[in-house]
Amino acid sequence: MSMKSTLRQVDSITVVDMSGRITLGEGCTQLRELIREQLGKGHKNLLLNLADVTYIDSSGIGELVSGFTRVSNEGGQLKLLNLTKKVHDLLQITKLYTVFDVHDDEAKAITSFEKAAGA
Amino acid sequence: MTAEGSVVEVVFESDLKNVEMAEEVTRRVSSTAGFAEDEQHRIDMAVHESVINAIWHGNKNDPSKQVRLRFQIFVDRLEIRVRDQGNGYDPNAIPDPLSQENLLSVSGRGIFLIRTFMDEYRVEKVAGGGTEVILVKRMNSNNSDQPRREVP
Repeated sequence: MSMKSTLRQVDSITVVDMSGRITLGEGCTQLRELIREQLGKGHKNLLLNLADVTYIDSSGIGELVSGFTRVSNEGGQLKLLNLTKKVHDLLQITKLYTVFDVHDDEAKAITSFEKAAGA
Repeated sequence: MTAEGSVVEVVFESDLKNVEMAEEVTRRVSSTAGFAEDEQHRIDMAVHESVINAIWHGNKNDPSKQVRLRFQIFVDRLEIRVRDQGNGYDPNAIPDPLSQENLLSVSGRGIFLIRTFMDEYRVEKVAGGGTEVILVKRMNSNNSDQPRREVP
């Protein structure tokens, strides 16, 4: 099963509900293209909802890092929402948990973008 | 398959579409061996990363080359061998993905995860050509989130 994603716009934030696998090959390519397209449309505030992501590997982690860097370089923010325990553990093991802004409440995550924009 | 030394072996062509099949076999073997669900996932991820390395880096994604995945269940451990037809690599030459300068690197975390999730990890040249990665997970190991050193 490859990755699937559905996009929602909440104020100026693009929420991406993701499911399936973010692994080397199709999943990573889809994520890369999705972020590229959103940046191309000027959507620089992305909230990736990983609640239904069943598997992420080292390449998938690398793709998240790549996306984080690209969005940051464009002056935007990429944040993560609803990590499963497995993804949470992976980010902790790789010391990336403190690099990403991680949330488990969507409303608070949305507010955190607004606070940053107003700062 | 529960007797000491029981062996399961699969051979497949180098194509990423076979990675999920390898994961499925891994889950069934690690479940049969008696590992808890969390440990099954860690073994699964270690095999996933090893098989990807074999297909992508070892066999250069060449479907005419094969990957051999071999499991052997012992009373005290599960031993897994992933063999490709490539030239091998030096796992110690891979930069530390946890160092500050590599933290935002896009690649270089696969072997780190394998070392973290397994009790033993070593890379051997195969006589006649190819490379074999040997992974060992012990029963009731206290392996947590600390990477293990390579076994000499």
